[in-house]
Amino acid sequence: MAAHHILLPAVLNGLLTGAVYALVALGLTLIYGVLHIVNFAHGALLTAALFAAFFAHRLLGLDPYLAIFVLTPLFFLLGYGLQRFVIGPAAHGEDRNILLVTLGLAVIIENALLFAFRADTRTVNLPYGFEVLDLGVAFLAVPRVIGFCVVLIVALALWLILNLTDTGKAMRAVAKEKLGAELSGIDVGHIYAVTFGLGTACLAIAACLLIPTYYVNPHVGNAFVLVAFTIVVLGGMGSVAGSLIGGLFVGVIESVSGLYLGESLGQMGIFLIFIVVLLFRPSGLFGERA
Amino acid sequence: MSGPSMARILLVVALLATAPMFTASNAVLNFLTVTLMIALVAQGWNVLGGYGGQYSFGHAAFFGTGAYVTAILQVRYGANAWAAFVVGIAGAALVGAVIGALAFRSGLKGSYFALVTLAFAELLRILASVTTITGAGVGTLVALDLRPQAFQFQSRAPFYWIVLALFAVSLIVVRMIEQSRFGAWLVAVRENEDAAKALGINPSQVKLGAMTISAAIAGAGGGFYVQYFLFIDSGIAYGPWISIEALLAPIVGGIGTVFGPLLGALVVKALGEMTMLLGGDAPGLDLVIYGCVLILIVAFAPNGVAGLLLKARQRLTLLNPLRPERPHG
Amino acid sequence: MAEPLVRVDGVSKHFGGLAAVDNVSLSVQSGRITALIGPNGAGKTTLFAMISGFLPPSAGRIFHRGEEITGVPPYRLARRGIARTFQIVRPFAGLTVHENIAIGAHLSRRARADALEAAAQVAHLVGLGELLDKTAASLTVAGRKRLELARALATGATLLLLDEVLAGLNPSEIVTMVPTIRALTGRGITILMIEHVMQAVMSLAQHVYVLAEGRILTEGSPQAVVGDARVIEAYLGQGAAARLSAAGGGHV
Repeated sequence: MAAHHILLPAVLNGLLTGAVYALVALGLTLIYGVLHIVNFAHGALLTAALFAAFFAHRLLGLDPYLAIFVLTPLFFLLGYGLQRFVIGPAAHGEDRNILLVTLGLAVIIENALLFAFRADTRTVNLPYGFEVLDLGVAFLAVPRVIGFCVVLIVALALWLILNLTDTGKAMRAVAKEKLGAELSGIDVGHIYAVTFGLGTACLAIAACLLIPTYYVNPHVGNAFVLVAFTIVVLGGMGSVAGSLIGGLFVGVIESVSGLYLGESLGQMGIFLIFIVVLLFRPSGLFGERA
Repeated sequence: MSGPSMARILLVVALLATAPMFTASNAVLNFLTVTLMIALVAQGWNVLGGYGGQYSFGHAAFFGTGAYVTAILQVRYGANAWAAFVVGIAGAALVGAVIGALAFRSGLKGSYFALVTLAFAELLRILASVTTITGAGVGTLVALDLRPQAFQFQSRAPFYWIVLALFAVSLIVVRMIEQSRFGAWLVAVRENEDAAKALGINPSQVKLGAMTISAAIAGAGGGFYVQYFLFIDSGIAYGPWISIEALLAPIVGGIGTVFGPLLGALVVKALGEMTMLLGGDAPGLDLVIYGCVLILIVAFAPNGVAGLLLKARQRLTLLNPLRPERPHG
Repeated sequence: MAEPLVRVDGVSKHFGGLAAVDNVSLSVQSGRITALIGPNGAGKTTLFAMISGFLPPSAGRIFHRGEEITGVPPYRLARRGIARTFQIVRPFAGLTVHENIAIGAHLSRRARADALEAAAQVAHLVGLGELLDKTAASLTVAGRKRLELARALATGATLLLLDEVLAGLNPSEIVTMVPTIRALTGRGITILMIEHVMQAVMSLAQHVYVLAEGRILTEGSPQAVVGDARVIEAYLGQGAAARLSAAGGGHV
């Protein structure tokens, strides 16, 4: 069938894009799962990571895949610091305040980037940026294939952390029952900060994976994060599996509908799905009750 | 709840009304006009967020609808500007009722409610940026027609007085809410929804009412914007800038108080002006400052400027050796 | 016997595979104080939540004045005259005592001034008259319990569902609270109370239901119920009744 030749590559490419969406969503869902907060600053932090990756290449000549090793710990520390020293203290534990503080952070980060670097769109040119992998049935961009593999590795790493390390177990304890965890001697403030740091570190990795094929401007993070929010809400707030499956699913949907509907409608479509899921099943397909 | 009396409100409005007599500067009048417009939209947010405790992150949806309806009815259908303005308010109220009905019937609260309002505002922004009726990417320009019948004026002062009148109406509306059963129910829902239910209050209905009023007031601000600036596009109408200013002003000024939005709008706009003077025209700096102010207020002064003034007044009365003996209690 | 004010008919509540409440039937006579006792986890609060409209039953029906109220939401039940207090108190923390109670009074009064006046009267009834202008957050536990009671009373309720209203009070506070509750029946109010404080059950209740593991174990006058061996065993474990009488005491 003629359509077969266009559909299969669209699906495969959707899976590749979806993997990066899933990584962004993973960070968000981790933070929600443990801290029980919706991190409104996630988009701005992704944008910051993209700028960081861009300048790491532009100023230091650092290849994005190498930059992962530099930016990940850096952004982990940034996330840790933000939760430990800004969000946690400022919010006094009240849900309404946490909302506002993360919103405030989002506004600060995004507009600081806007002020410092203007609204121009920038791209990174890499020698392998346009290389494709010929699978016979489809051509796949090499950076995106690498991205897919890295996401799988990160997902595995996170799984190992959550299940095998003491910190990971503490995170799961705090996620389930904060008071009990506190009473058993777990430093909840530290665990919160570690989780936030991990979520932000995911963004750093995602940014490095995106840079070879994507563009950078102060507003780009928001577009990704909207998709991430949709995935998290679809797959369930706090569900790691949900984010992965949801990410791949949304990636494929976006790719296939992009074939038939074009870009603007695609964006609106995602908003509509997001709203519909929020209204009818906020706990998602895998997640806990809203 | 105790709040300012009607007399105090009228006094403040009367004082503000005299402003054009003290300054001939267009710049100052412009500043005051825009500030009052923001205060108006902020007052709208305050009804839902301050009194109702439901934080909307997408009030642009109502501001923008008021603006676009006012503009489009004039530009494409030749309607009278005042009539278009009124229909704009109704349109904004309708959008508020629809979003509210959907969100509250689904039981959305807190972060989820904020998310859904954000999503609706963004949805409307994208819609407005692509459909022809709104002028798509180019926006909509309202024809210059400097006659009162067309809701346009030769000088600045009438615009100022009109936005002041609109704001005065919002002050009275909020005061009426404060003194009414609806207001008591709204605050009860904010403080503890289950307890409110047990006392005979239907939370969804109360929240929906608050949202509709909130949207109408914000829509009035949007309609005024169009008549004052004569241009609107999707970024101005439905952009994050107004959603943020709409929530920042009441929080800074004093959330859930009658004058909070006014105090907050003055502080926010003054900060904006200072930022422009010191930092130049580069976009983004003012919003950075706003974000910092938001976090600082939440962290250190959750009751805003109004709260700080109240504490200051209490400290002064404590220091006064002539104060009357405090009653036991 | 006259038609009971409230009739619970075969009501059950399942959470997953667990039956928190299992085929419970009871009736509350008008003008009397009926108590619901039982060990922790017996399902008392779940039953309350169903009667007060906060939780729909999985099975069974509930009647008020002969009309079915199964699954009717709490705010509509309040308008029928059914009000409840919460085991963990839920004051409107930022408001004063006066404003808190006024919100209850607003159910039947539109005007603010009327509601505030009625609220002041109710406050005096429960002993909060001197604390009207204090914020709810500044009250002691005993004060907050009285506030819960006052708010529910202010709605003009004819049926009060009191969920452990004496929990957390010290003995002297209990001694002052008990007559307040007893006085309510003099005003024609019917009370169904969950209670752990036995002295209160003994001195207030005219009829007692014992709930254990989601089922009604027995019912009767407080004296009869308290001496029942099965009831003692439900609280203290199997064989406890025999051990107690062997040790020479039959009373709890």
